[in-house]
Amino acid sequence: MVSLLEMPETASPLTMNEPASSPGAPADHASIEIANLDFAYGNHEVLHNINLNIPPRAVTAFIGPSGCGKTTLLRCLNRMNDLIDGARITRGAIRIEGVDINEPGVDVVDLRRRVGMVFQKSNPFPKSIYDNVAYGLRIAGVTRRSLIDEAVEKSLRSAALWDEVKDRLHVSGYGLSGGQQQRLCIARALAVEPEIVLMDEPCSALDPIATAKVEELIRQLKTQYTIVIVTHNMQQAGRCSDRTAFFYLGNLIEVDDTTKIFSNPAQRQTEEYITGRFG
Amino acid sequence: MTNDEGMTKPEGGDASSSSFVIRHSSFRPGHSSLRRRGRVLERTTFWLFRLATYFVLIAAAIIFLDIGIKGGRTVFTSKPPFINLPFLTEPPQTLYVFEFEGKKMALGDREFRQWKTAHPGIEPDASSVAYSAGGIWPCIVGTALLVIGSMVLALVIGISSAIYLSEYSRNGPLIRLVRVAILNLAGVPSIVFGLFGFGLFVIFFGWNVSLIAGWFTLGLMVLPAIITASEESLRAVPQGLREGSLALGASKWQTIRKNVLPYAMPGILTSSILGIARVAGETAPIMFTAAYAMKDEMPWQVAKFTDFVFQGVMALPYHIYVVSSKIPQNEYTERVQYGAAFVFLFLVMLIALTSIVLRERSRSRLSW
Repeated sequence: MVSLLEMPETASPLTMNEPASSPGAPADHASIEIANLDFAYGNHEVLHNINLNIPPRAVTAFIGPSGCGKTTLLRCLNRMNDLIDGARITRGAIRIEGVDINEPGVDVVDLRRRVGMVFQKSNPFPKSIYDNVAYGLRIAGVTRRSLIDEAVEKSLRSAALWDEVKDRLHVSGYGLSGGQQQRLCIARALAVEPEIVLMDEPCSALDPIATAKVEELIRQLKTQYTIVIVTHNMQQAGRCSDRTAFFYLGNLIEVDDTTKIFSNPAQRQTEEYITGRFG
Repeated sequence: MTNDEGMTKPEGGDASSSSFVIRHSSFRPGHSSLRRRGRVLERTTFWLFRLATYFVLIAAAIIFLDIGIKGGRTVFTSKPPFINLPFLTEPPQTLYVFEFEGKKMALGDREFRQWKTAHPGIEPDASSVAYSAGGIWPCIVGTALLVIGSMVLALVIGISSAIYLSEYSRNGPLIRLVRVAILNLAGVPSIVFGLFGFGLFVIFFGWNVSLIAGWFTLGLMVLPAIITASEESLRAVPQGLREGSLALGASKWQTIRKNVLPYAMPGILTSSILGIARVAGETAPIMFTAAYAMKDEMPWQVAKFTDFVFQGVMALPYHIYVVSSKIPQNEYTERVQYGAAFVFLFLVMLIALTSIVLRERSRSRLSW
């Protein structure tokens, strides 16, 4: 245990090897920089000294056993943890394009529009498919029917759902299968044209065929979006991510190119987790 | 009893069967009195619980049959249209009972005056029975006005505070105090609400006995139920819908308005309809604040528009109270007592039925 808690210090040189965008200077398109981040629920610290840079227009996967803090970190990136009583960042900062997103002046509504999120449990609204995708646009004040029509089609096409639902856009999103519902949620997130898409175990409730579709989708989306995906599925991380970060007990153990992590990890723990010896 | 075989088995065998025998050994012959006592106890408790359960049925049957039969005589007629429309559409009148040429006459106020003009010079020795002729139309209208006003008030305040409690507030000492206050408010007897309304609205605010004083008193009374029901309905909306909406760049209020409240509304409204039944039924809160025993004008017959909310009204429960306890009872008063109770019961059942239908319909429409 003690050795695990000391891991950040050994892990931090690895994160320093990143092509770090220097703080203050204009960063790359929608890159995320997490610096010395501590995070706590009440008095219980769940993330310890996380240092991580997430490159733009690439897929970064967070892996690690349950309770290691990867979802918590993901939810920090669009300040979803604001909703939880007592949850707070106790140290460090998260910068997106060089802007500290926890500064008092930051508009959290605008942040969440730019940093979209797809949840573990697909959560379509009890509305029609069309209204689900149009929701974010209407919230943003778009009223022109033609604009919304266009965006709905574009988003559904991006989410590879258009052909399956184009004839029943006005039936309830609840009538779709589990995989289709999750792709509907992805389409809904894409409709507001975010720069970053966070995905919290998007395939955990899906069958292999639906999973394959979503993974294919993720590979396509990375040409336009910065994607961060939390997954329990090692193969999934291997298949669709460019970079992989391994978390354990609230520490970032190792982050590197996915091929490197899966072929030749620097840390023994990473190797043990990936090969299935624990976790 | 089917275990008798097992009991007579010789001891021994494996551990489980021996424990089986030991457990039942006390029921062997020689302990038969104990066994009989146990059986009697079983039968007694069974019948005690069963009778207690059926007692409810008997009580309900007696109440409904009594009101149904006696009230039905007033409300229904043997001739078409089979419903006693004057009883439902006319104001109460004084009944005059007198003997004329050997016949016993029972005439309402208006008919009595017509009769007198038709028989000039005759001054019958009539005894009068208050409110026992005519109908209960102003009471129905008054109750409807009281219910609508107080429910609008209670829903606006109740839903607003439920939204605050469920969506905005963080659990602190102040919020716990608010919850204690809601619980306490729910436990206050209705007569205390009546006296409170009388003291604050009628006297201190100088609203006199009026609709608005009744609205506030009844609204306050039903507020805890509305807040509790609304908060439950709001909490029943899955957190995923809130997060999904917020993650799309919706503000908190946009999320509540577009993606939480619409789904909680059926639940809020159905439970509120049960609140309506309570508001419509209470006598104590309105007897000092809003209800008149008798009023000749209908509520819309006011001189100025602004007078509307500052007028007292007749109300069904108060009318039942008045005709049942404030005037001398005789064979002529029963008609209006049971008739009013019948109509009242019917209206409350109608409201409850609406609530059930609404709930079933909204349940089938919304599911997650």
